[in-house]
Amino acid sequence: MEDQTTVRGTAPRGGAGPALAGGPPATRTAGDPPTAPPAGGAPTKPAATITKTWRQRLRADWPLVAMTLPAIGLLLVFHYAPLLGNVIAFQDYSPFVGIRDSQFVGFWHFSRFFTDPLFWRATGNTLLITAFQLVFFFPVPIALALLLNSILNSRVRVFVQSVVYLPHFFSWVLVITLFQQILGGAGLVSQILRESGNSPLGIMTDPDTFILLVTSEMVWKDAGWGTIIFLAALSTVNQSLYEAAAADGAGRWRRTWHITLPALRPVIVLLLILRLGDALTVGFEQFILQRNAVGSRAAEVLDTYVYYTGIVNGDYSYAAAVGLFKGLFGLALILAANRIAHVFGEQGVYSRS
Amino acid sequence: MTLVSETARRRLRSSRPERAPWEEPEGPLARIGKGLALTAIVLVILGPLYVVLLTSLSSQETITEAGGLVMVPDGLTLDAYRAVLGGGVITRSVLVSTGVTVVGTVISVGLSILCAYGLSRPGSFMHRPLLFTVLLTFLFGPGMIPTYLVVSGLGLVDSYWALILPSAIAAFNVVVLRSFFMSIPQELIDSARIDGAGEFRILASIVLPLSRAVTAVVALFYGVGYWNAFFNALLYIDDTRMWPLQLVLRTFVLDARDLPAGAGGIQQAVDSAPSLALRMAVVMIAVIPILLVYPFVQRHFTKGVIIGAVKG
Repeated sequence: MEDQTTVRGTAPRGGAGPALAGGPPATRTAGDPPTAPPAGGAPTKPAATITKTWRQRLRADWPLVAMTLPAIGLLLVFHYAPLLGNVIAFQDYSPFVGIRDSQFVGFWHFSRFFTDPLFWRATGNTLLITAFQLVFFFPVPIALALLLNSILNSRVRVFVQSVVYLPHFFSWVLVITLFQQILGGAGLVSQILRESGNSPLGIMTDPDTFILLVTSEMVWKDAGWGTIIFLAALSTVNQSLYEAAAADGAGRWRRTWHITLPALRPVIVLLLILRLGDALTVGFEQFILQRNAVGSRAAEVLDTYVYYTGIVNGDYSYAAAVGLFKGLFGLALILAANRIAHVFGEQGVYSRS
Repeated sequence: MTLVSETARRRLRSSRPERAPWEEPEGPLARIGKGLALTAIVLVILGPLYVVLLTSLSSQETITEAGGLVMVPDGLTLDAYRAVLGGGVITRSVLVSTGVTVVGTVISVGLSILCAYGLSRPGSFMHRPLLFTVLLTFLFGPGMIPTYLVVSGLGLVDSYWALILPSAIAAFNVVVLRSFFMSIPQELIDSARIDGAGEFRILASIVLPLSRAVTAVVALFYGVGYWNAFFNALLYIDDTRMWPLQLVLRTFVLDARDLPAGAGGIQQAVDSAPSLALRMAVVMIAVIPILLVYPFVQRHFTKGVIIGAVKG
């Protein structure tokens, strides 16, 4: 998974000696102590490096290992420990008793949420929003990237790019605040409508159009940022392809259709897979912030449901079960989507090998 | 899997050539259409910021006259900012957010650089398991409830560390840095080693100076994350006096509620300045730091991010 991403060029990286002994001789062995003469790993006899014991390798590489430890430690505490903490989903957990002494109840909490209409409403909302975003958000960055790519004046292009990236760095609180100031009942648009004798907009509080609202917020915030990856892919296209196509009489649109879009295909498939893997995650902040304004009927998604049942109502085990279900389902989705990508001959997130 | 090749990077660096000789010139309709589309996009993004900025700088009379948000400048004043920053919760939240952002960014960037460099040499001792530990965090999140229990179990509720430590390491940023470090020519590092430099020395004197752009981008990502931290604060900070700016923004601006008891300051502030201007001033205070840092880092985005990061 990792090495395909990162190893570039053909020369073996330092330290790759043992693994790549069949290739060109390593110029250097794995982090030999700088002061010591090259020990077993002299370039001429790579075979000697294979016999290095883990002790020798540790002595040679300890600074590298030590460097990773603080970060690894944080991940262990704040990522892996909570991962294990998911056992409370199978317990009748009480904070007063603690994880160790809480009673195991098997899949009871799972059967609870399966028969809970509120859970299904949250799931339905989440899937609806995901589906809506796939249709109405996903293509926007692609279109925007094509538009930006077609601008020949580099000054204009760079300026527009800086502007469209910007909202990505605003917090959701800020984005929703700005939307409220412009589109809210007391906002700018309503202000203008009222002056011209019309009734003000209600979109910020209307549950029926909520899905439109969250998607536009999403587009405003992240469509520009989404173009970055497509622009990068576009810049890899061999220009002589366009020239050859033009020589063969292909117009602008045909060139886009037959050269540009195929070039974007791997990226599109990759992002689609990632989005599908996140089908049950539509974001937390955006919804919790607007839940009061539009009501939970439209704004309750799985993440806010977990928050309300778990943190607010204190039903930790139940909420953890919902969270675990959501995580496992997402993992299964991403694996399945990746498989499908392989069937279509795309690379996907990771390769088969 | 590398989506962006060496040639791509070279082309990103050099600006795109003007129209190729074989390319047909655009028709007037296409030019007008594109111009309109771009203008609309820029207006939709910058327009709200302009209106909010102007309102925050306006006096009560101007706001009343406009009936709300102000679109035409008239008698600009800094009163709202003076009131908002004259002590009380908002000032305090600005200080909290600034402190958390600075401390958090330093910790995150420092640890991420160390981690990325430690993982930048395939084949080194324990390289695969350590790298796997980092990459696995991409695939599966631990979930909100268990994380909450761990953080509160560590006694971090109502501690600024709760805003920093749980989100201190983002695997994505480590991968970005690592890819960049691995693209640094091996000969440079070898020659430093021959001169007797240890790993820490190589990192500090060779690798980091070459990695300024990517470090700046990663620092921006972390910094913006801390500045925007809302979720962690909502979960872990109960004490209103410890609220970061985003929570104040939600309560005071989005919900248009007055700040909870103990807020102080703001009541007097309301008397001396218009409340819409006050609220818009808080919005601007949340925006300004990003606007200040953004231009310096923005030009490195393509260069710094795409090089390493294109990965799931």
